[in-house]
Amino acid sequence: MLHIKNLQARAEGKEILRGINLEVGTGEVHAIMGPNGSGKSTLAQVLAGHGAYVVTGGEVTYEGKDLLAMAPEVRAREGVFLAFQYPVEIPGVSNTYFLRSALNAIRKHRGEPEYDAMDFLALVREKMKLLEMDEKLMTRSVNEGFSGGEKKRNEIFQMAVLEPKLGILDETDSGLDIDALKIVANGVNALHSKDRSIIVVTHYQRLLNYIVPDFVHVLYEGRIVKSGTKELALELEEKGYGWLEASAA
Amino acid sequence: MIATSEKEGLYLASFRELEDRLAGNSPSWLHEIRRAAMAGFAEKGFPAARQEDWRNTNVGPIAAVPFQPATTPLPPPQRAGELRILQHPLADLGCPKLVFINGRFAKQLSTLEALPKGVQAGSLAEALASDATALERHLARYAADYREHAFVALNTAFIEDGAFIEISKGVVFEKPIYLLYVSDPGGLPTVSYPRNLIIAGRESQATIIEAYVSDGAGKSTGAADSVYFTNAVSEVAVGEGAVIAYHRIQQENENAFHFGRLVFHQERSSSIATHSIATGGRLAREEVNAVLDGEGSEATLVGMYVITGHQHIDNQTTLDHAQPHCSSREVYKGVLDGESSAVFNGKIIVRKDAQKTDSKQSNKNLLLSEKAVIDTKPALEIYADDVKCTHGATIGQIDPDAIFYLRSRGIGRQEARDLLTYAFANDILARIKYAPLRERLSEGLFARLASGQRAVADGAGVVQEV
Repeated sequence: MLHIKNLQARAEGKEILRGINLEVGTGEVHAIMGPNGSGKSTLAQVLAGHGAYVVTGGEVTYEGKDLLAMAPEVRAREGVFLAFQYPVEIPGVSNTYFLRSALNAIRKHRGEPEYDAMDFLALVREKMKLLEMDEKLMTRSVNEGFSGGEKKRNEIFQMAVLEPKLGILDETDSGLDIDALKIVANGVNALHSKDRSIIVVTHYQRLLNYIVPDFVHVLYEGRIVKSGTKELALELEEKGYGWLEASAA
Repeated sequence: MIATSEKEGLYLASFRELEDRLAGNSPSWLHEIRRAAMAGFAEKGFPAARQEDWRNTNVGPIAAVPFQPATTPLPPPQRAGELRILQHPLADLGCPKLVFINGRFAKQLSTLEALPKGVQAGSLAEALASDATALERHLARYAADYREHAFVALNTAFIEDGAFIEISKGVVFEKPIYLLYVSDPGGLPTVSYPRNLIIAGRESQATIIEAYVSDGAGKSTGAADSVYFTNAVSEVAVGEGAVIAYHRIQQENENAFHFGRLVFHQERSSSIATHSIATGGRLAREEVNAVLDGEGSEATLVGMYVITGHQHIDNQTTLDHAQPHCSSREVYKGVLDGESSAVFNGKIIVRKDAQKTDSKQSNKNLLLSEKAVIDTKPALEIYADDVKCTHGATIGQIDPDAIFYLRSRGIGRQEARDLLTYAFANDILARIKYAPLRERLSEGLFARLASGQRAVADGAGVVQEV
């Protein structure tokens, strides 16, 4: 589904990704771990098309198409979803209006009929139950005044409504208490299917107890230095990231 | 009178014609006020850029046009139904309405049947003709700077018609009273001088809507918009414990000039809330002044300006805290596109005796173009020592992170920009309580910002910024 080949990117003149290689097959769950500053979030943002990052080399193919050539909204319409590490507050735009506009933009792109207000409401109710969210959040401005946990849940809720083919979770677990973590993980697992791939970017192994990865990759200084199965995450948890420094040196 | 330039001379000539026409038929006190106002204008002339309050607004383009007083006769009743204005989105708001064409009351277009007992609303000209002494205590007593301020002077010198509204003591009127001013010169450049007087009795409650629109005489014939000048002054006497909501909508055409002064005199424990919503005009200056002249009174001034092209708008507000324990809140938001320019000058005066004043002011601007210019400045004059006054101004572009967030969900770039701009400005409209007005303005704003995008039809799209 996703082929990343020698991807390099910089931000504010600083080289952050220094040649990433990664293959994500359809239906697979990949975890990308690494210490702060290793480039995990940058990789997630580059895949979503954030303009602050300049791709300086390499290529990314998504379902046989050049992902890097697509505008962020086109990537979204093609089925790429990024759950933000820091979801943005948008005063004055309600969650309902925002999400319905997004969903209809995606449906239109797929040649499907747009949802009317009633159909949309039914869909939203179902997905809100999944994430155990208060319906009142729908009439509030996007992320405004949401707690940290509510913001993260709102990201996964959006993913559940938009039903992407590739979900990228950027440190969705950080700042969540264990109950919220379980809810978020349940939401992700409910969405995971043989047609849908998930990339979980995380600092901690904890989330991976609930979202079990098929593969674990360790990112260090802009490169994937180690790949393995879920046991690798446990090893990292035990040893910390310090040993990477030694092995990279 | 002191010698004046040709530009001022034109107004002097018009004034002499008015005096001839009135031929001593107006009350002597009003005649004196008119003459004093005209003398003030003749002496001071149009304001120059060196005057602090006019530093960023050049009125040269107004002075340069030889405006004649609007004399367009009222449309005969049988023709009234053919007026283009009846197709205007703001033509009807489902409440009692007074229509003015080129500053003159148009009875046949007005609907005043629904007014309850204790609410009087009609033309100022008629009130002056029937019972002028009732007006003497109020008219030109609040907008009293007619000897110093060129545009207030001109409006005062040419007082003839406008709205006169009186809400009796203790009367609560739920529906707004709508004053619709339509300019339709369709010919040589004309100036109109609407003059409004609103007297809100003790513990009364009312909502007033003023809307200034163009009939689009030029547009309909494919010609350019016609040039005209609206110079409107409204005085509102707010009695003890009275509660007034006041909406001022300015949608003049893009070749028009607009000056507006809205002044409140507030007695003890009274409360006013204004919404000044402006999208029109080539050059507009809107002044809102509130004198909090009684303990425990409150004023909330809210404004929005959304302009583009070569439009210029100047908002000048004055909150004059004259008595203790008064509070004021002020929020103005601007959206500037193209090569438009705007001025916000928010003055807060706290007089010596006005202890415990609590005043907050904010002015936020969104610049959509690199060529748009905003000059924003608070001006605090504080003579008391136990007061809370805060102010803040922001000038910014649309938050790129917010745009990326919307795009990352599939929303197109332009739609994301439009949506964020709309949300920024609509926060102001969301504060308007009267739904028909709020919805009409909201739809208009949406259409203006997002051409081609479908409207927020379900009304659930936008929530108020808290």
